[in-house]
Amino acid sequence: MPQATSARAGWGVLIAALLVAPWLFYPLFLVKVLCYALFACAFNLLLGTCGLMSFGHAAFFGSAAYIAGHAAKEWGLPFEAALLCAVAGTSLIGVVFGYISIRRQGIYFAMITLALAQLIYFLALQLPFTHAEDGLTGIPRGKVLGLFPLDHNMVLYYTTATIFLGAFSLIHIVMNSTFGQVVRAVRDNETRAISLGFEVNRFKLLAFTLSAAIAGLAGANKAIAFKLATLVDVHWTTSGNVVLMTLLGGLGTLFGPVAGAIIFVALENYLADSGLPVQLVIGAIFIGCILLFRRGVVGEIENLFNGWCDAAKKF
Amino acid sequence: MAEPAALEIDDLHGFYGESHVLHGLSLAVAKGEAVAIIGRNGAGKTTAMRAIMGLLERRSGSIKVKGRETISSPPEMIARLGVGFVPEERGIYSSLDVTENLLLPPKFADGGASLDEIYRLFPNLSERRKSQGTRLSGGEQQMLAIARVLRTGANIFLLDEPTEGLAPVIIEQICDVIDGMKKKGHTVILVEQNFHVASRLADRHYVMEHGRIVDVITCNELAAKHDRIKSLLGI
Amino acid sequence: MNIQVILGQLLVGLINGSFYAMMSLGLAIIFGLLGIANIAQGAFYMMGAFFSWMLLRWFDIGYFPALILVPLVVGIIGMVIEKLVLRRIYRLDHMYGLLLTFGILMFIQGLFVWLFATAGRPYPVPAELRGGFDLGFMFLPKYRAWVVAASLAFCLATWLIIEKTPLGRTLRAATENPALTRAFGVNVPALMTFGFGIGVAPAGAAGLLAAPIYSVSPLMGGDLVIVVFAVVVVGGMGSVLGSIVTSLSLGLLEGLARVVYPQGANMVIFVIMIAVLLVRPAGLFGREQ
Repeated sequence: MPQATSARAGWGVLIAALLVAPWLFYPLFLVKVLCYALFACAFNLLLGTCGLMSFGHAAFFGSAAYIAGHAAKEWGLPFEAALLCAVAGTSLIGVVFGYISIRRQGIYFAMITLALAQLIYFLALQLPFTHAEDGLTGIPRGKVLGLFPLDHNMVLYYTTATIFLGAFSLIHIVMNSTFGQVVRAVRDNETRAISLGFEVNRFKLLAFTLSAAIAGLAGANKAIAFKLATLVDVHWTTSGNVVLMTLLGGLGTLFGPVAGAIIFVALENYLADSGLPVQLVIGAIFIGCILLFRRGVVGEIENLFNGWCDAAKKF
Repeated sequence: MAEPAALEIDDLHGFYGESHVLHGLSLAVAKGEAVAIIGRNGAGKTTAMRAIMGLLERRSGSIKVKGRETISSPPEMIARLGVGFVPEERGIYSSLDVTENLLLPPKFADGGASLDEIYRLFPNLSERRKSQGTRLSGGEQQMLAIARVLRTGANIFLLDEPTEGLAPVIIEQICDVIDGMKKKGHTVILVEQNFHVASRLADRHYVMEHGRIVDVITCNELAAKHDRIKSLLGI
Repeated sequence: MNIQVILGQLLVGLINGSFYAMMSLGLAIIFGLLGIANIAQGAFYMMGAFFSWMLLRWFDIGYFPALILVPLVVGIIGMVIEKLVLRRIYRLDHMYGLLLTFGILMFIQGLFVWLFATAGRPYPVPAELRGGFDLGFMFLPKYRAWVVAASLAFCLATWLIIEKTPLGRTLRAATENPALTRAFGVNVPALMTFGFGIGVAPAGAAGLLAAPIYSVSPLMGGDLVIVVFAVVVVGGMGSVLGSIVTSLSLGLLEGLARVVYPQGANMVIFVIMIAVLLVRPAGLFGREQ
């Protein structure tokens, strides 16, 4: 099967699944999956385009949760406006953090993002509006388009699914656009890209900010959906979780983060209910993944698929 | 019972990643012999040395050092059999001073030179004992690279391009040192682009091309095969 | 603002700086020799504190024997982890090293949370080190003076071993050119296992030193190691001496910040990191990799 057809099949499956899912699974569970899936997609955008692995993406996810929550609860802003505030705020943080961290790559970049996110964590701990350990609770869901009450779970689900699909499509378009190609060229051979005249840092900064903004969108969506923004959302374990999700699903693949998010959220729910130690199991899976399953679910499927294609070509 | 050859290579294939660099190399060096591996750039001479030393990731075939099969051995095991390695890039440590560079390779057998003997043999190094390794001139670094392995008690020496880029006076000094090794009965395997050096020091010359031996020329045959050598080396 | 308050906070800063120094020293050794950014250093710190507590609670073994036992046990655990787990990813991209140690941190922290819950457990200051000295301008608690002195002595001893002994010489050579060092007959893989143990032992020792000051909890290492990473970014991963100097300086600055603006003290080191990055991306003592 040529690549274009398999991609279109993937999209078809995705849209069909999104439409049908709430009739098969608990809608709030799906909403959680979609929020984290978008979060993972945002993380993966930065990785796939610039080859930069951020260990501090919880900074954007969590800040947006607090901003959206505050906007909806204290300022009484409608749903869309609260999301917009959060995305705007997170983009600003993204530009600043991006500007600082883009100077380094690889491990140093990861360490810097980790430290910057910790800064946000400490800010969240101190600032009054976050209510520290108690968290920001009782965030109102409001209405979407001023008409449909989000307290109705199906409305919430389809709204979240639409937001997800929109942002996911945006990511896909960006990755395949001229911008996406340039940034990938930068990733593969930065010296050459510079010698060709590209303003390498500007492209990287743009990718970083976009990644932050989309992570923010996911966080804001999550906060309003679950009426809650807590310190956990800005903690380094959340940054680690999004890395694991993407790794599980397949680093750098298009659908990988989605698959990873499904597995992760389902697993976390199961563990929490069964009383097993969550962080211990997740740590073990993390280690197992890196040693034995680096390609992730989607990556392994793609690899198998390529193997079949190569075998088929030999006939 | 005849003593095993110092080095015996049979059908050695070597790869850098996907690149097939050595195509069935075979040679044998008896104890106490001095041989040279000569050939054009890119023939695979340095790769062969690295393969013998266990530094080449993928190799197949047979390499026997003093009768022991070492094709799958790690470098540290091969060194312990008594092989002293002087790499093409010299490999002087910048984070160590001259004395530390000299003391780094562990002693595995008696018979090596003592530190004092080395300083007598190489007065330049004696003067620069506390200098950072890489602050030395090219010639001094080459001396240091050779001096290092004289301490360890090794009796098979692999020298990769020891005279490359050096002034004639220094080349003379290095040739004297290698002569000293030969007098002690050590085995010397030399990779040399400089044919004058090779012909002065080696009993036999292996000509390498495209990752395999294409000719063997003994000392006696040098004059007779002079033209052939010139064309093989592209001089 | 009286002088006693300032000196008191500077002392706390010096103590924190000593912990940063011990942790970052180990990180520098591990990174140089193995090429791995060991974020699990936080887990070894926590295990050091916990093992001290266990030795006291379960085996009645006190502080001073623990000073020897704890780093030893932590070092051995480190070597086992290197041999079984870390070794498998050396041939991969450096990022996998950080990912793997991140997973190990989560695993070990999760294990201890499961076994011991998150509440902090107290560890008593040993009797010999209780009380303090009245210096006139301030009161210097014995234990805190001991912590600073012990950490500095430890760091100095490590520096001496690396710069002045044959083992240190071999470690430096293996860090610079592992392949050639093997060609000289040094068993570099074994050295790397040993090196990882040497790198995590100071973290364990720091945990023991910290136990009487900060109570013993499974979560104590996570936040600390991130600060230490920021310290390492500021100092650069180049030199052992650089890590020590940077750690102590940043600890002191943090202490000073606590005098002037206590709520912001946690964040000072990160802010300094940002400033240094804007001016010298390679860090103060770093060599561009």
